[in-house]
Amino acid sequence: MKISNREALTTERLNAQKEMERQQVRILICAGTGCLAGGSDRIYARLQELCKDIAHISVEFGKEIAHVGIKRSGCHGFCEMGPLVRIEPYNILYIKVQESDCEEIFHETILQGKPIERLLYHMNGVTYTAQEEIPFYAQQTRIVLKNCGHIDAENIDEAIANGGYQALEKALFTMTPDEIIQTISDSNLRGRGGGGFPTGYKWKQVARQKETIRYIVCNGDEGDPGAFMDRSIMEGDPHKMLEGMLIAAYAVGAQEGYIYVRAEYPLAVKRLQIAIAQAEQMQLIGDHIMGSDFSFHLHINRGAGAFVCGEGSALTASIEGQRGMPRTKPPRTVEQGLWAKPTVLNNVETYANVPLIIMNGSDWFRSIGTEGSPGTKAFALTGSVKNTGLIEVPMGTNLRKIVYDIGGGIKNDEQFKAIQIGGPSGGCLISTDLDLPLDFDSLKKRGAMIGSGGLVVMDIHTCMVEVARFFMNFTQNESCGKCVPCREGTMRMLEILERIVNGNGTLEDLDLLQELGETISDTALCGLGKSAALPVLSTLKVFRNEYEAHVIEKRCPAGNCQALRKYIINPDKCKGCSKCARNCPVNAITGKIKQPFTIDIKKCIKCGACQENCPFDAIVVES
Amino acid sequence: MLDASYYEKADEIIEHYGHSQSALIPIIQDIQNEYRYLPPELLSYVAKKIHINEAKAYSVATFYENFSFEAKGKYIIKVCDGTACHVRKSTTVLERLYKELGLSKEKSTTDDMLFTLETVSCLGACGLAPVLTVNDQVHPAMTPDKVSELIQELRGESE
Repeated sequence: MKISNREALTTERLNAQKEMERQQVRILICAGTGCLAGGSDRIYARLQELCKDIAHISVEFGKEIAHVGIKRSGCHGFCEMGPLVRIEPYNILYIKVQESDCEEIFHETILQGKPIERLLYHMNGVTYTAQEEIPFYAQQTRIVLKNCGHIDAENIDEAIANGGYQALEKALFTMTPDEIIQTISDSNLRGRGGGGFPTGYKWKQVARQKETIRYIVCNGDEGDPGAFMDRSIMEGDPHKMLEGMLIAAYAVGAQEGYIYVRAEYPLAVKRLQIAIAQAEQMQLIGDHIMGSDFSFHLHINRGAGAFVCGEGSALTASIEGQRGMPRTKPPRTVEQGLWAKPTVLNNVETYANVPLIIMNGSDWFRSIGTEGSPGTKAFALTGSVKNTGLIEVPMGTNLRKIVYDIGGGIKNDEQFKAIQIGGPSGGCLISTDLDLPLDFDSLKKRGAMIGSGGLVVMDIHTCMVEVARFFMNFTQNESCGKCVPCREGTMRMLEILERIVNGNGTLEDLDLLQELGETISDTALCGLGKSAALPVLSTLKVFRNEYEAHVIEKRCPAGNCQALRKYIINPDKCKGCSKCARNCPVNAITGKIKQPFTIDIKKCIKCGACQENCPFDAIVVES
Repeated sequence: MLDASYYEKADEIIEHYGHSQSALIPIIQDIQNEYRYLPPELLSYVAKKIHINEAKAYSVATFYENFSFEAKGKYIIKVCDGTACHVRKSTTVLERLYKELGLSKEKSTTDDMLFTLETVSCLGACGLAPVLTVNDQVHPAMTPDKVSELIQELRGESE
């Protein structure tokens, strides 16, 4: 149905809501990347077969639940526990479901409404029947991600039933462009892509340019390793972000827009294509939107594997078909962006916040989060933490709550060591920072940044020097090569770090690292270059003792760096089976059968083959 | 010289995106999707068709990591080495793959053209770390032993 006036949207919404209420029992099977890999498609097929003759039951694939969506669902964040099955109206959430469980689920839960104990989530002796009570979910504030996982992302009706495009209607028919920009400015919405630049100010600058051809660009090039928030929004609730772009376009007088999506997110591209096609069909994108004078066209560009394209001017260059390299600023993107025209460039999560602010007002938005950083932030919580996944919390929430209350603590109850925030542009926070509020300004003061929102938890078995090397390797690989500080500087820093983890570093190397890092930060051309040294500078400051252990004692305190490992055989555990000696590629292990063997440190190449093959766990790494 | 069908396919793709410089990346992306690599002959052909010089097209194609001028294997395995996967020991997974397939950093495709092994910075499936994909299908929570099983399975499949 075409929405050719305001009232038509309301009618459409009421119809869509009625349709959703018709089903008495809804079984929602996660079709996210992980659950699908765990066999959720077979669970779907089996349950559908079991329920096929029962009219009031609807089995839906991928509409709900935890996590990343590959079929049609959005990420609900609880990736660790998949495959997940949610059963409404009981709100029961089953975890790690197998095909063989389907029959029992059908007879017990679907037909009789009884929960099956063993499939429920347990934590610290408590069993959680309802999904909403599970601490992982209960402690979050899901506003932007509200629909993610709860609606069919490939069906515009479900978005509309949940209030989709209502904010656009309000903006188009009851607000002037200036009022919209004022509302966004008043809300103090800050860019979720990392920099935290005020969105309203950006829009205002574009709106006041003389040039009347203007563009709206959405940065979906979420390249930070360890971050997948934007992906989840694009896959789980694409219409919210499209609506935000439409409102931005109306506010600044833009006629055309582009969404730049990473090549590694084929599903996000597909979902966006479907969403745009459906919105076009309903006259929500295109000419005379909802019968108004406002027209706007949207295109999707796929990235081609260049991290640097997450930088604004590199991204627009890439859309133009050029090498994606940043340029010197000014002129800024708001003055001369895409095809040298004024351009609003925001990231996915930022646009997804816009409809909420327009609908509920700037005061509502400012009531969430902190004064300087209002609203919520989505984080990808990963690494050595029990509940990995996608979370959304108010700005200013402290790390302790995120890691221990939502994340459930450190994996295998190990000791917390550090949390890496903001990916290759960010820094490390340590145990004394656990009570630090996570917002733009507090983090900046600590020498870290929120970045796009990746949180990688590390326990005591992670070597921080190795982590610094890992990030430097990444940035060096991804450096576009345009400016010398980044191209040469990251290369030299990487060489030094490799030297250190291989046991060939010196104390002078540490000073050199510091100096190089500071020089790159001061002189690189773009934001990515300027922040490239942050992971090194940050670990060098906080974990200097670990660096020193590598260069002075030639020892890796975490037992992580291969070249510094010292393998030894525990004589109490060794049964003298000779398996290790047979597996050693350099004949470094000798001994008599049925007596403890020994490793010749001089010959050992630290390959770990002996440890892998020991049936008695007798071979350990000395740290 | 490539078969005429290659040029016909290229024409079809060019028609879809139009003859402008901004169409270059989408066009060569689609060509690569079709043949699993970008035949250099087709890059020159596209450049001529969309009126940009060959050097320019080459500079763009070599800038982005996704484009490959060399033919790839039947199974393209991408091992994620993003932060989360790295922290959960993706290196051991990669090392096992190198060993199983007789490949290295320098040599990424097996001689029988069955496997191509690549690393990627992040697949965005961090909750399932460490992950790898085989022709875009995700395999979660990998271990060296699971990798060996997987390779055996794939070898069996292709026989």
